[in-house]
This record gives sequence, structure tokens and C-alpha cells, in this order.
Amino acid sequence: MSDIADRVKKIVVEHLGVEEDKVSDSASFIDDLGADSLDTVELVMAFEEEFGIEIPDDAAENIQTFGDAVKFIEDAQ
Amino acid sequence: MFDLTGKAALVTGASGGIGGEIARALHGAGATLGLSGTREGPLQALAEELGERAHVLPCDLSDPAAVDALPRRAAEAMGGLDILVNNAGITRDGLFMRMSDADWQQVLDVNLTATMRLCRASLRGMMKARWGRIVNVGSVVGSIGNPGQANYAAAKAGLSGLTKSIAHEVAARGVTANLVAPGFITTAMTESLTEDQRAGLLQKVPMGRMGEAREVAAAVLYLSSPEAAYVTGATLHVNGGMAML
Repeated sequence: MSDIADRVKKIVVEHLGVEEDKVSDSASFIDDLGADSLDTVELVMAFEEEFGIEIPDDAAENIQTFGDAVKFIEDAQ
Repeated sequence: MFDLTGKAALVTGASGGIGGEIARALHGAGATLGLSGTREGPLQALAEELGERAHVLPCDLSDPAAVDALPRRAAEAMGGLDILVNNAGITRDGLFMRMSDADWQQVLDVNLTATMRLCRASLRGMMKARWGRIVNVGSVVGSIGNPGQANYAAAKAGLSGLTKSIAHEVAARGVTANLVAPGFITTAMTESLTEDQRAGLLQKVPMGRMGEAREVAAAVLYLSSPEAAYVTGATLHVNGGMAML
């Protein structure tokens, strides 16, 4: 697993209080990891802070799974 | 009661009558204060009066970039930002048919848009901390209107909708947002009224007297306290019965 994926996973685990092994590439923040809409906003803001990037709203809407988040951030680096 | 020890509070309009009393009340309960306003002299004087735990943070609320940066400056100065009191306000009174675009816009910019910016920029830290208090200072005229104050009343009514929407969104994170709506309060602004004007206004107030700034500050103190944790999206009217809403 890439360094980025590790860092993203750490944020997700800390923020949503879920087990690390639940955070698979296809895990949906809302459907599988119990996030609500506010959690997803907070996650996106946490990603922005951690990686020093900007995630526009339309991109954020497409980040639905852990894998989506890792891919977006890798592409943005 | 109302122990704010260890909490950091930013108060805008702290150089004014009501803002100064709000700062004194929160400071008296143990909070660390960030005093904001446009006039640095009165802010410095207030900081000296309060002594420890007081930081002067001048800011022009009509400058969007300065407003966006203010919560971060406050958090850096105080080590955090737990309580935001949006008290600053301006008036540009005049009968509506003759109201200029500039008078409308200035009042909306400072009274509504700056508050929105400060709320937005302050919330992140509060959300992370799972604790926060936003207290916006509205006005009775936001509910009942006032001739000559269409701009001011519109901005203050806007604060009501803004505050309630924020309250909905952040309630699950231990952050509350409430409105304090003062009526007719003794300040430098109302001291310029003539006796006739004053008597006319007081006829509308069942209490038969003007309110004191510290009576508004007490409402802000309550809504800033841990004791008010279950109160959000509320409007606390401090108006001597002038409007029972």
C-alpha cells in the first residue's frame, strides 16, 4: 500500500472510528463506514489539510469510497 | 455558575458599548478573550482593563480577506477558538425609498456577510474539538422591522436564518449556534436621542426602561456556557417585553 493510502486510511480510521480492516478500496464512506454528509465534508477538509491540496466541490462529490479518495489525492500530487 | 475557564472567545465589535460588556462578562467567567473591532484605541483600553487573558485583534469587517483571516489570528493568539460572538454591527439609516445601493450594501456586508465569513472560518476548529459556541447578536428589528432601517432589519433577519441553518448542520458535533436579539439598549448610539424620542420609544416597552448592555452580555454569557449545551438555533430576546416572540 502506498504512503498516501496509509495516510488517508489513518485519517478515515481516526475520524470515523472504524476498524482498519474495514477500510478497503471499495468501502463507501457513507454506505459501509457509517459516515453522514457532515463526516464526508470533514474528511475532505482533513485530506486537504494533510496533503496541502484543494478538492473542489464537484470532485468531492465523486469521492465516495476510500479508493476514490486515494486515487484523487495521488493524481493531485 | 457559567465557568468558561480554559475557553477562548472572539468578540467582534468589542470597542462598542454592548461588545465591551460581552467581553467583560466572558472574561469574568474565566475565558481568554480576543477583542476585535476597527478602532484600536478603545480595544487596547479594554484589554488593559481586563488585564491577563485579553488579546487585541483589530479587523475591518468590510474587508473580506481580513475577515476570513481573523479566526485564524484569534486561534493563534489564544491557542484555540471555542466561542465566537458576532456582535459588530453598523447602521446607515434612511427611509427605504431613498436608500442608496451603497448604504444597503455596506450594512449587509458588515452585519451579515462578515458574520457568515467568521462563522465559516471558525467552525472547523470547533468541529474538530467537538465543542463550540456561536452567538450572533441580532436585533428586535430583525423580527418586527423599523422605519428607516430596512437595510439593518434585513441584515439582522438574515442572521436569524443563517444562525438556525448553521445550528442544524453542526448540532451533532457539540457545536451550538444561537441568536441574541436586543431591543432598546443604552449605548453611545441611543444617547443622542432627544427626550421626546426616548419617551416615544419607551411607550413600546412594557418594562418602561431601556436595557443595559450588561443585560445583553448576560444572555451571551449563558449561550456561551457549557450549561447551554442543549440550546441551539434559539433566539433569546432581550427587549423588556417590547416584542414577545
